[in-house]
Amino acid sequence: MQVSMTVNGEEVTREIEGRLLLVHFLRDVLGLTGTHWGCDTSNCGTCVVWLDGRPVKSCTVLAAMAGGHEVRTVEGLAQNGELDPVQRGFMECHGLQCGFCTPGMMMTARALLNENPDPSPDEIREAISGQICRCTGYATIVRSVRWAAAYEADQRADADQPAEPAATTGGAP
Amino acid sequence: MQVPAPFEYERATSVDHAIGLLERLGGSARLVAGGHSLLPMMKLRLANFEYLIDINDLRDELGYLDVRTDEIRIGALTRHRELLESDELAAAFPIFRDAEKVIADPVVRNWGTLGGSLCQADPSEDLSAVCTTLDGRCVIRGQSGERVVPMTEFHRGPYETAVGDDEILIEIRFPVRPRGGSAFEKVERRAGDWAVVSAGAAVWLLDDGRIADARVGLAAVGPNTTALPEISAALTGREPSEELYDEAGRLAAQGCRPESDMRGSEEYKRHLAGELTKRALRRSVERARERG
Repeated sequence: MQVSMTVNGEEVTREIEGRLLLVHFLRDVLGLTGTHWGCDTSNCGTCVVWLDGRPVKSCTVLAAMAGGHEVRTVEGLAQNGELDPVQRGFMECHGLQCGFCTPGMMMTARALLNENPDPSPDEIREAISGQICRCTGYATIVRSVRWAAAYEADQRADADQPAEPAATTGGAP
Repeated sequence: MQVPAPFEYERATSVDHAIGLLERLGGSARLVAGGHSLLPMMKLRLANFEYLIDINDLRDELGYLDVRTDEIRIGALTRHRELLESDELAAAFPIFRDAEKVIADPVVRNWGTLGGSLCQADPSEDLSAVCTTLDGRCVIRGQSGERVVPMTEFHRGPYETAVGDDEILIEIRFPVRPRGGSAFEKVERRAGDWAVVSAGAAVWLLDDGRIADARVGLAAVGPNTTALPEISAALTGREPSEELYDEAGRLAAQGCRPESDMRGSEEYKRHLAGELTKRALRRSVERARERG
């Protein structure tokens, strides 16, 4: 059967078997190996991608079911060559060791921050509760997401500052 | 690598279209919504179908929460996340929010559906216990029209339901009665796991504070989620008290049919059934009183 969907903003059409899982479509058909394939039983969450903006476990979604929908993977997090603040947070705060869970963790973290720009550690832990990390003990992942939240709060604050009118510089009362 | 055996994928464009496909394909076809129970079973080859009919496009017809004063109607394609987030639903039946907080995990809840949970008919499934507790009515549609089956008759055994091969569950209806409270309690081994035991309770009070009606639904302690009518009979007309909750807990522990497995011994599960029944009833009464 033929399936068409948008992946990281790009329209793709491929001939697939009905039983092909989304995770294998992304990795093996499109070559987007950033999405990892782990437990196969929707427990570990390393395969999390977005379907229409919401995180889903792509080992338990058929590629055919994503037809006509919008998929975003970890490859689609960076924009215009700039790492997403979540990605930077994972770098800054040592949010990964082996890196296997990282793509799923970052997709869930990004979705969380989109809905809740200032999540508490408990809210972060709840958001990633369906995802398993065997290295970090989660503490640094939570810290990484908090870093991204704080960074984005700073960015927003900067953006809200009115630009100083040129005429007053140097001669303000 | 776990993949399902080969099947043909069809996508339904309307409920009538889905029913037409089911009529034509019969028992060789199965509807798929969230797929978070069905696909794992197909990967393990515990379930095999020649056709899967994807109903996720039927959100307009089947994805809704219709809150009325005397009844709440929920479309079968309503996702866990929507059940968790609905303030209207939580106000009428707090048991839903209690349960949804501990069903799977947030990512799974983005995709799994109410109808899929009920049709999977897993004996440990929490929403089935919720619907049993609330005396849900399941609306099943086929070529010849609709029929309404109470939750107590919906499950016919593990992984078996009253829905025929050429039918579709479209809606679950819950009667809203005055001065009600409800709650859900679950013990699981780790976050997002199936219940070792879970218990739902719902209580409706009379003006004088006595119990007009009470219902308990248990998951993971028998072939299907269990409503224990003997508990309802024992509580009706009585004044809520710790002694009464103890009595209900004893009835739950005696009346359920758990089996020893990797999640716990029969004895432990009976203990949990009793204790969780007590806790859920206590909280249901508190909530009913708060609402006045």
